[in-house]
Amino acid sequence: MRNVLHAFVDPFYFRQSLPDVWSGFLVNVHMMVVAEALVLVLALALAIVRGLPGRGAKPLRGLAIVYTDFFRGTPLTIVALAVLLGLPGAFKAFTNTSSEALGVVALTLVYTAYVTEVYRAGIESVHGSQRMAARSLGLSYGQALRYVVLPQAIRRVIPPLLNDFIGLQKDTAIIGAIGVTEAAAQGTNFASTFFNFTGFFVAAVFFVYLTIPLARFTDHIIRRRELLERAAAV
Amino acid sequence: MSANGNGAFVSVTKVTKRFGDLEVLKQVDLEVPEHGVVCLIGASGSGKSTLLRCVNLLEKVDEGEIVVDGKPITNGDVDVNALRKKIGIVFQAYNLFPHMTVLQNVTLAPRKALGISRDKAEKHARLLLQRIGLEEKAHEFPDRLSGGQQQRVAIVRALAMGPKLMLLDEITSALDPQLVSEVLNLVRELAESGMTMIIATHEMQFAREVADEVCFLDGGVIREHGPPDQIFTDPREPRTREFLARIIEAGRL
Repeated sequence: MRNVLHAFVDPFYFRQSLPDVWSGFLVNVHMMVVAEALVLVLALALAIVRGLPGRGAKPLRGLAIVYTDFFRGTPLTIVALAVLLGLPGAFKAFTNTSSEALGVVALTLVYTAYVTEVYRAGIESVHGSQRMAARSLGLSYGQALRYVVLPQAIRRVIPPLLNDFIGLQKDTAIIGAIGVTEAAAQGTNFASTFFNFTGFFVAAVFFVYLTIPLARFTDHIIRRRELLERAAAV
Repeated sequence: MSANGNGAFVSVTKVTKRFGDLEVLKQVDLEVPEHGVVCLIGASGSGKSTLLRCVNLLEKVDEGEIVVDGKPITNGDVDVNALRKKIGIVFQAYNLFPHMTVLQNVTLAPRKALGISRDKAEKHARLLLQRIGLEEKAHEFPDRLSGGQQQRVAIVRALAMGPKLMLLDEITSALDPQLVSEVLNLVRELAESGMTMIIATHEMQFAREVADEVCFLDGGVIREHGPPDQIFTDPREPRTREFLARIIEAGRL
């Protein structure tokens, strides 16, 4: 037991590894923030496309389905390898793109597929009578979606959305395994230099510290909304 | 041409509507003059709601023609959004937008569909809410209102668009009995102000009072129509008599 503790959570090595792992962790945070922003927007667009009515939109719907099926089914590791190693190898335009940027691309490709499904579930959970009421007031399809359906849908999917984002945060470490010097990679460097794995523990602590406030914040938002809408429900 | 030569605001001519193999409306004819109030009565599933929904194109008719305000709406090239701006519909389940306050519910369509400024829309909405005595609820969410209050807000939400025709689809059916009258009083006022209305209802006493004409629907067919006094006191069709007898038995007339 002491050996295990020494190998993974040694106070001396904790302090030693802290600065490097921290600087690596900032890379994780950076990738995560950019990827999450992109995913939020792209996935919403894709979910809307998937819900478009009519025969004319069939090819678009089909493309959206193929995209989500493919990237939801493909392991992130494979996508990341293909993007980080494949893209610069195959296309000259990407030879000077930073690994970090390519990492963001890989994360965005995969998580957009997940989050599209989350949004879609939210949109479908809004009862059809809401859309009907909006349309019967003379609002267009797009207006009914924007002002009536999406606000209700998005509110409902905030918890699963957060879940996916915690997943994304953690998966930034996979990008580290393929050549971006982020927290996990710094932990590996540290381990191979000092034959001690405390750097990984430090990285883990950082990740956990990042997700907890996010989770509490989301709870807070949801509770506030509910209070406002349902407090004195008859 | 259409059957609109007599100045009817809505005229429905030989309309048939099918859901799969089921014919829910069969060759239905209906005329509503401007400022007229027509009540549709009949058992659940007789086609009342479907007929209303066909008039604002929430349902597409399979055969026949509907003319509203002099324009045929069933020939495919009609601007659906423009048509719905002048037809208000109120549903049994209110269908207020739960994520918006009462004021936002009422002003959304005037602002976004008619392009009215927020200030103007809110002023108008407050006036309407005042008229129904719910001005102080302007910033409440629908969940905080009673069913009767919610339904009155739904009516006002439709009225805020300045419609020329109102369709009321069993708007008191989901309400507790003691809340029915506040909603019906509002509809009564509307009728007195000259609003053209088609009302699907189970409130026979109310129909008798406000309707210029009552239509009895049965199995997707208008079996009988006429002035309310005649329909309720001297129904000619056996099916109408049966229906009304059952209503009286249930103590609702």
